Amino acid sequence: MNNFSYLQATQPKEATGAIRDNKQAAFIAGGTTLLDLMKLNVENHDQLVDINLLAFKGIEQTSDGLRIGALERMSDVGENPLVMQQYPVISQSLLQAASPQLRNMASIGGNLLQRTRCGYFRDTAFPCNKRQPGSGCPAQDGENRGLAILGGSNACIATHPGDLAIALVALDAVLLLENAKGKQRRVPLVDFHLMPGNTPQKETVLEPGELIVSITVPTAAHTRKSMYLKVRERTSYAYALASAAVGLDVQGGQIRSARVALGGVGTKPWRSREAEKVLTGAPATEATFRAAAAAALREAQPREHNRFKVELAQNTLVRALTELTAA
Amino acid sequence: METEPSFFETSPTPNVVGKPLNRVDGRDKVMGRAKYSAEYPIPGLTYGVLKTSDIAKGKIQNIDTSAAAKQPGVLAIFTHLNIPKLAVTPNDADGKKAIGAPMGFMPLTSDVIHYAGQPVAVVVADTFERATHAAELVRVTYLTEQPIAAYTDPKAKIFDPQKIQDGKTDGKTRRGDARAALTSAPVQMTAVYTHAINHHNPMEPGATTAVWEAPDRLTVYESTQGVTRTQKALSTMLGLPNEQVRVITKYIGGGFGCKGSCWPHSVLTVLAAKGVGRPVKLSLTRKQQFTGMGHREDQTQTLTLGATKEGKLTALIHEKTSTTSPWDNYAESNSKIINMLYDCPNFEASYQLARGNVMTSTFTRAPGEAPGSFALESLMDDLAYKLNIDPIQIRLLNHADKDPTNGHPWSSKSLKECYARGAELFGWSKRNPKAGVTRNGRLLVGMGMATASYPVHNSQGNARVRLYADGHAVVQSGATDLGTGTYTVMTQVAADSLGLPPEKIRFELGDTKLPTAPNSGGSVAAGTVSSSVYMAAQDVWQRLTKLAIKDKKSPLFGAKAEDVIVDKGRLQLKKNKAKGEDFMALMKRSELTDIEGTGNGKYGAGYETGQTASPASSGNVEQAGQHSMHSFGAHFCEVQVDPDLGTVRVTRWVSVHGAGRILNAKTARSQIIGGSIFGIGAALMEATHRDHNYARYVNADLADYHIPVNADIPEMTVEFIDERDPHINAMGVKGIGEISMVGVSAAVANAIFHATGKRVRDLPITPDKILGTKAV
Ligand SMILES: Cc1cc2nc3c(=O)[nH]c(=O)nc-3n(C[C@H](O)[C@H](O)[C@H](O)COP(=O)(O)OP(=O)(O)OC[C@H]3O[C@@H](n4cnc5c(N)ncnc54)[C@H](O)[C@@H]3O)c2cc1C
Ligand code: SF4
Repeated sequence: MNNFSYLQATQPKEATGAIRDNKQAAFIAGGTTLLDLMKLNVENHDQLVDINLLAFKGIEQTSDGLRIGALERMSDVGENPLVMQQYPVISQSLLQAASPQLRNMASIGGNLLQRTRCGYFRDTAFPCNKRQPGSGCPAQDGENRGLAILGGSNACIATHPGDLAIALVALDAVLLLENAKGKQRRVPLVDFHLMPGNTPQKETVLEPGELIVSITVPTAAHTRKSMYLKVRERTSYAYALASAAVGLDVQGGQIRSARVALGGVGTKPWRSREAEKVLTGAPATEATFRAAAAAALREAQPREHNRFKVELAQNTLVRALTELTAA
Repeated sequence: METEPSFFETSPTPNVVGKPLNRVDGRDKVMGRAKYSAEYPIPGLTYGVLKTSDIAKGKIQNIDTSAAAKQPGVLAIFTHLNIPKLAVTPNDADGKKAIGAPMGFMPLTSDVIHYAGQPVAVVVADTFERATHAAELVRVTYLTEQPIAAYTDPKAKIFDPQKIQDGKTDGKTRRGDARAALTSAPVQMTAVYTHAINHHNPMEPGATTAVWEAPDRLTVYESTQGVTRTQKALSTMLGLPNEQVRVITKYIGGGFGCKGSCWPHSVLTVLAAKGVGRPVKLSLTRKQQFTGMGHREDQTQTLTLGATKEGKLTALIHEKTSTTSPWDNYAESNSKIINMLYDCPNFEASYQLARGNVMTSTFTRAPGEAPGSFALESLMDDLAYKLNIDPIQIRLLNHADKDPTNGHPWSSKSLKECYARGAELFGWSKRNPKAGVTRNGRLLVGMGMATASYPVHNSQGNARVRLYADGHAVVQSGATDLGTGTYTVMTQVAADSLGLPPEKIRFELGDTKLPTAPNSGGSVAAGTVSSSVYMAAQDVWQRLTKLAIKDKKSPLFGAKAEDVIVDKGRLQLKKNKAKGEDFMALMKRSELTDIEGTGNGKYGAGYETGQTASPASSGNVEQAGQHSMHSFGAHFCEVQVDPDLGTVRVTRWVSVHGAGRILNAKTARSQIIGGSIFGIGAALMEATHRDHNYARYVNADLADYHIPVNADIPEMTVEFIDERDPHINAMGVKGIGEISMVGVSAAVANAIFHATGKRVRDLPITPDKILGTKAV
């Protein structure tokens, strides 16, 4: 880890201004991603701008839906009664993530910006296009068991490893961003993360110095009837091999609206409109769910060690839909 | 001492031995007072940090230390060009032999790179952070060559080693004629098993604090399973007399085999301290731990059996291929357990190795027995299903009443009792023998079992007892406590041997200044050290007896020594217990403040070498060396498998072992639980992935190398069969450190087969393998 200076910002402008003036600087919230990567020398920042004093707080129901401040902690949001009852998929995705210690530290905004667990990315002895553009991608024919089968490119197949973003992207969450000029903009989460293409180093549409202020989740019938299912190699404290965030509005056995996103399989939080299309208007039966799952994975491009994810992701989605409709 | 009495025959009745005494060091540990090897606040201490190689094969072209050297607080940067020289290196055969396993290669002795993660520089600074930062600024350029990552690489050269495991085990073994027996066997089965790379990952990483007391005198605080072995390795390399090197290890945060040898980082720390002229402490990072202290090697086993239609084994043929380092012929000796576990007249085993650009593999909890039993116990399960015989029944049918490898009787064996008690505790009789039919809702339920065994290795140790006239004692042996309870059980043994309450005993260990004891490895510590302590206490009593019978004022004056016995600290006549006196009275009258005795305890006479133990070392002189000595046990496992998601949960667990005398019911139970969890980890999730092009690990951290978490483990039932073994050693202790993990992965895999009808032979059994395997 290199030496860095530390600034504690009390106003958004102070924070965004510091980053605008110094390309090497970074915001720090919980630090659970940032410091980890700095210790590995994957990220090198000469200044950290602590944003924890900013008033990006609150978990509340507004006329636009559920609003969560970007600096709320994973544990606080996951255990919040409103979230648990009205937006179960969000709570479940948080409480199945990381460990209690990490969830107590980690912020919601930071969670959306966590970086891939690709082992080549995390070790500077390897080449990696994401870390060092143009150096190559040893994962393509290497240890790609944990990597993505959807949205990859020849340059990069790194998985977005998080859980929360899967739940949020399913529920049409919208981010409120603020830049150094104090200008705010809204970006749907589904457009926030980028696919790797030829520029895997560029992961989101966030401009340098731009802050995530809050997240809003529109309320709908499918937000209440929602769930998150995560499959992993051990029962807790592990990233998803595959996960599914689903929300349904079922009436009289017919699906009126559906929200589907997949985790552990995509280079970004993977909203599956293909699956939703199959589900919407169809009877809530296993056959429908199977067809939706097949549609969701139709474009999958597995590599040597992650072929199993095609079947696993489909089964995970079918199971989530089955459990949700049975509940 | 001419003969060694069996425990408690002539001396105190057992009082605290066997009881679930709380750990005597527990309080110090939870209060942070227990000092581990990197926690000694030595005046003038400096901090060493390793810079390790990015590449796995090639040469160092250039090391630029200029930027690092300019950093504040940096005291020295050592590379192969300027580090103080060793008197003897392990780089040639003679040196290696003199130093001891496993290093046949010492980093920083040349510019050659043999493996990724090999140390290339040691940076010493006044703080840990400054040293870490400076190490990152050391710029190394390499001449890179294409490495070999594993035996599976098409470019790897597979060879037949004469010996494996540092010469301890033959590359080929034959008993009877397995090939001929197989040809005529009505039932023939063969299967291939693979095992992922596993890392020990003790909580406390490798750590060394080196203090040069004088130019030719060194003290090392070392996280090691054996201070004596480390002392020998260091003194040999440094060209110092053994006694000039003192090694201290008071507490260890787990070892599991990786701290059984002296590794490069320890030597480099010592050299850095010499070079910088100040004490240096160095602790491996978690990532360095993955390349610094060995691992369980990647391996393929092919096991073939021949049997009668009734299920009686007639032939076993075992072949293993694995990766070893450029300098070593290490492979776990998987075949040993396959050779001895069942009554089978014909056996053949062979090992093949390929050199990879990897750190050498090393002993990992139950080295050989763990993966070997996975193959054997999986195939026995297949045989049971094939012949429609209950899995326990097939094992009873092949029960070895004698050691099949040499025809010797067992010193003791309670395997049948383990099966019976385990089956009862588990409810085995309620199991539907058909595979793939028991359900719990969506989940498939399966029950499996496997046999466990572990040899009693040959070793010996020494202890000293100093008994004070005021009724307390200091007991010493240069053993180590891996965290499993050595301090506690030796306190118990000393208390009973001396007739004192445990609070009056101070047991000291982990110092080469103390009487030598063996490495705490191979499950030998408990038996050897407890026997040594017991013998030392006997020595004290003999000395006091001599004193009493010569003392006119003693009620025992004029008695014959052999007529005197000791009970709870009272010396008295065997035939007239009223006649006698307390040792405190005797010592006070004789104006003795204290009295010292020493003892030598031997362990496992005969097993490995077939040597006859010397008379003084065995309770049963005539038969010593003519017995085979093993612990035995059985594991029972219930799993619930989600067939769609491929997830496996262990939902019930029963282990029953016969392991001689159990010294502490609580720490023994904990150790069996720990070993079983270790095995469940290997069965279901543990795997280090080495990139096949770069020969470098991609998941060298504890977030991506999965070991079980609490939520993975159910309530575990552990029992021991009460076993009295008169041949093993004075205390009748066999040791339990490794048997707890033998057979575990097979029990899990067998339960998965019973649940799903799918036979998975590749460890770990992750969800992809459940999904990808067809039912048989
Ligand atoms: C061992 C381990 C296991 C984990 N397991 C899981 C898991 O199973 N599932 C899961 O979902 N996650 C998991 N995580 C990831 C964890 O959830 C994230 O590290 C955490 O959410 C990041 O939040 P933070 O506040 O600590 O972010 P930081 O580390 O402080 O920041 C991360 C990045 O976001 C930027 N940033 C932070 N806040 C803002 C903001 N408001 N606006 C703009 N930029 C911002 C920072 O500059 C930095 O680049 C795990 C992490 C670890 C270390
Ligand atoms: S998959 Fe992406 S992150 Fe991983 S090595 Fe390739 S480029 Fe780097």
